Amino acid sequence: MAAKPNPTLDIVYIALFAALTAALALFPPLTLPVIGVPITAQSMGPMLAGAILGARRGALAMVLVIALVAIGLPILSGGRGGLGVFAGPTVGFLLGWVPAAWVTGLLHELGWRQLTSISSFTHAAVGGIVVLYAIGIPVLAFQAGLTLKAAAVGSMTFIPGDLIKAALTAMIAVSVKRAWPIIRPAAEPSA
Amino acid sequence: MIHSSLQLPRPGLQSAAGSTSVPLPAAPSPQASGAGRIEISAVSHRFTDTPVLRDITVTLTERRIGIIGANGSGKSTFARLLNGLLVPDRGRVVVDGLDTARDIKAVRRKVGFVFQNPDNQIVFPTVAEDLAFGLKGLGLGRAERAEMVTQMLARFGLEALADQSAHKLSGGQKQLLAIAGVLITKPACVVFDEPTTALDLRNTRHIAGVIAALSETAIVVTHDLDLISGFDRVLVFDAGRIVADDTPARAIAEYLRRMQ
Amino acid sequence: MSALAALLRRAPAGAKLAALAIAGTGVMAIADWRVMVDLALLAALAFRLAGCGTDALGRQLRPMLWMLAALFLVQGWLVDWATAALVVARIVTLVLLAALVTLTTPAEAMIATIERLLAPFVRFGVDPGRVGLAFSLALRFIPVIGEEAERVREAQAARGLGHHPLALILPLIVRVLKSAEDVAAAIEARSGHDDPGRAAPSRSVW
Repeated sequence: MAAKPNPTLDIVYIALFAALTAALALFPPLTLPVIGVPITAQSMGPMLAGAILGARRGALAMVLVIALVAIGLPILSGGRGGLGVFAGPTVGFLLGWVPAAWVTGLLHELGWRQLTSISSFTHAAVGGIVVLYAIGIPVLAFQAGLTLKAAAVGSMTFIPGDLIKAALTAMIAVSVKRAWPIIRPAAEPSA
Repeated sequence: MIHSSLQLPRPGLQSAAGSTSVPLPAAPSPQASGAGRIEISAVSHRFTDTPVLRDITVTLTERRIGIIGANGSGKSTFARLLNGLLVPDRGRVVVDGLDTARDIKAVRRKVGFVFQNPDNQIVFPTVAEDLAFGLKGLGLGRAERAEMVTQMLARFGLEALADQSAHKLSGGQKQLLAIAGVLITKPACVVFDEPTTALDLRNTRHIAGVIAALSETAIVVTHDLDLISGFDRVLVFDAGRIVADDTPARAIAEYLRRMQ
Repeated sequence: MSALAALLRRAPAGAKLAALAIAGTGVMAIADWRVMVDLALLAALAFRLAGCGTDALGRQLRPMLWMLAALFLVQGWLVDWATAALVVARIVTLVLLAALVTLTTPAEAMIATIERLLAPFVRFGVDPGRVGLAFSLALRFIPVIGEEAERVREAQAARGLGHHPLALILPLIVRVLKSAEDVAAAIEARSGHDDPGRAAPSRSVW
């Protein structure tokens, strides 16, 4: 329908996706049979926010989530919250949600017209895995006094779970594009 | 100037059936004098390719107006025109001389809107904070705002819940809070979009009593025929047109005939 | 209530945040693991004295216990045990101090502080009022969406779809997106906002 900018609606989308990301902490984690690392639904938050709201609103939704954590709400999976989280070694994987959502959103905007589940999966994987780990791993190495390599190796166990999340995000993004599109496609020269 | 509509009998004490076509005595509210007239002229509106309103012209001046019609008949869209939530594709909506297409801010001050689902209308975490929201843009002092919130809480019997999470309220309490949040800005007219659809019988009667006791003009979109049976005027919508515009008894009869 | 508890609860949020930032920088300068461990114990003691209780202490540390244990072993093995103790004690200290600020400061005070801190950014287009609105909306809708999630889960379980994550998340998202338009309309209807983006109503372009 209306593709006209509406700042109030944008604030609502941002707040609701922040709340949605918090609510994802309530879904029980899946445990992959082979690797044994629990997969929490919550870290789909940045991929979903980017893929559905686009770069700017998606990234702002994640800023809001992080701010809500900072003011003390126990909304991260496992009931974590408060400034204490920011002193922990894995804080990069939280702060990285912002650029992760932004890149996921930007790629979706650029490829919006020809979006398929494959392209959406690639976008989500680049934003939600490549970008996220590029921030999370160095922060982990710094906070924990590890070498980059050790931090990277330790983080690899989460990759299979994150690939599954990127795939789920792609399926959701494609369905939502059909049923309730929110992203305004990036300006393209009209053919 | 504040206590205009706040000295009414407590809502709920008055039975819905007790309201006849005789309008309730208007409290001397600052806008009450100008609450009079909503003119809809030659309005058509469509969503993508589906026309939802077709060439509607009607003038509303009564204090209690009911709007009924089947699902998809256009009645909710019509309601959203009245305070500028929607601006029509064609035609004009003029509230006391203010065009909703131009004077949107002034129109919204005059015409409040109560949505069907209070969960979407309550936007702040606690009861008192939510009530205070509508007052933010009005340039009032902090003490004055607090006083208005306290009075409104008392009027609706919500005092004990002031600092409660809005999420914890019952369905009926949420709808009361939603109505209170609109009334606190002192509109001259309130549009209700199916205010009792999600409520049980007891809460439905309570809300009906609240609406009956309002000093403000009330325009109520509903499927609940009891709610509007004592109103001054009832419009029946069908396929985007007004097909009956009459007393409640006759309008309801026409509606029931079409529903056969 | 101890003197520390009273002090922490009365101190303005901004002052506590500033103190925390200074402490966070300060502990980086400490290189002796014994000093760091003492500080961690002091932080735990402060936690107790502030009336936050052992439960709260456990809630803060338990989720990162495995992480810390692994970190300790890896550090000890790769570097040396003194560094391992230093790193772990530093993290524990900071986590506890930060949690102490959070637990003694109500969320509204934090939001008010954030709005104040944002004031200088008004000239860059940041609107503190809008930020405050976003916070309030999120606080309001976290329980609402949580409950919706529960309802969707029940409905899908009743249809025998309980285990497919897609069947859980997709309906939840569609509901969230649908209610967003109503919420925005309600905000506009109640606040008399006429935002610049919608002032010119040219709805006739279909």
